[in-house]
Amino acid sequence: MKSLEDLRKIRDKAQRETKLRGGQAGTRITIAMGTCGIAAGARECLQAILEELAARNQSEVLVVQTGCLGLCDQEPLVSVEVEGQPKVTYGRLDAAKCRKIVTEHIVNGHPIGEWAISTR
Amino acid sequence: MKELSLHILDLAQNSVEAGARKLTIVIDEDLAADRLTITITDDGAGMDAETVRRVVDPFVTTRTTRRFGLGLPLLDAATQRCAGRLVIQSAPGQGTKVAAEFQHSHIDRAPLGDLGATLATIIAANPDLELDYLHRIDGRSFQLSTRELRARVGEIPLSHPEIILWIREYVAQELQQLRGGV
Repeated sequence: MKSLEDLRKIRDKAQRETKLRGGQAGTRITIAMGTCGIAAGARECLQAILEELAARNQSEVLVVQTGCLGLCDQEPLVSVEVEGQPKVTYGRLDAAKCRKIVTEHIVNGHPIGEWAISTR
Repeated sequence: MKELSLHILDLAQNSVEAGARKLTIVIDEDLAADRLTITITDDGAGMDAETVRRVVDPFVTTRTTRRFGLGLPLLDAATQRCAGRLVIQSAPGQGTKVAAEFQHSHIDRAPLGDLGATLATIIAANPDLELDYLHRIDGRSFQLSTRELRARVGEIPLSHPEIILWIREYVAQELQQLRGGV
C-alpha cells in the first residue's frame, strides 16, 4: 500500500543522496512526446527509463521531453547526452530497450550503436 | 490511441506547448447516466474562434507552431464513434478547455487505461506544472494535486524517479479502490 506518508521517506532519502553526490549532473535523456511518440509508446519508455534510473540510483540524470521531431515512423525516440560525448538518438524503442540503454549507455558508458539512428 | 489515458497525455502536451502553467484534469464517470466525460482546462495561450473551429481537421494544421496535429482529430473521432462529442472552448489569452464526452458503455469506447502512468509521465516531463486531478465515479472521488505533493517533498523536484514511480502506483491503487477493488 502506498500512502502520502511515503513521500517524506523519499524526500529524506533523496536529500541524503544529494549530499553524498554534491549535486553532480551532466547526463540528459530526452524523450519525444508528440502525438506520434505517445501513440508509439513514449509513455511506457519514459516509465521504464525512470524505473531503471531509480533501481540504479541514477536520480541525478536529467530526463526531459520534446515534441515531434518529424521522424514519426521511428518513434519512440530517445536521445542520450553524456557530458563530453556525442549525442546519441535511438529509435523504434520499447520499454525493454530503454532499460538496456540506461544500463549500457548511462551506467556502463557503452552506447548501443545497433539501435542508434544518429550520433553527433 | 489504445487508451483514453494516452489522449489525456497528448492533450496535456498540447497545453504545455501552449505555455500552460496550470492544468486541471477532471474525469467524470456517471454510470447512472452512462456518460464518461474527460475535461482538461489549461491557462495556456488559447486560440481564436477560427482556430478552434478548424483544430479538429487533420488536414488544416499550422505545423510551424506544432500546436496542432493529429491529436485532437483522433480524440474527436473517438468521441463520435461512441455517441459522444468533443467540445473546445478557448479564447486568446484565456486558456483552453477541452471536454471529451463518451457513452460510458459504448462497445467502441477505449478503456481509460493506465491513468497512473499518464499522470506520472505528465509530472515527470513537466515538474514545475501545477496539476490538479479529479476523478469522480458516481458519488465517490479521488484527487491529486501537485501543490500538495510539493508541500510533502520540499525542495526535491517532483521529477525525481522515485517520486514519479510512487505517483504512478499511488494513483493506480487509489483508482482501484474507487472502483470498489481491494
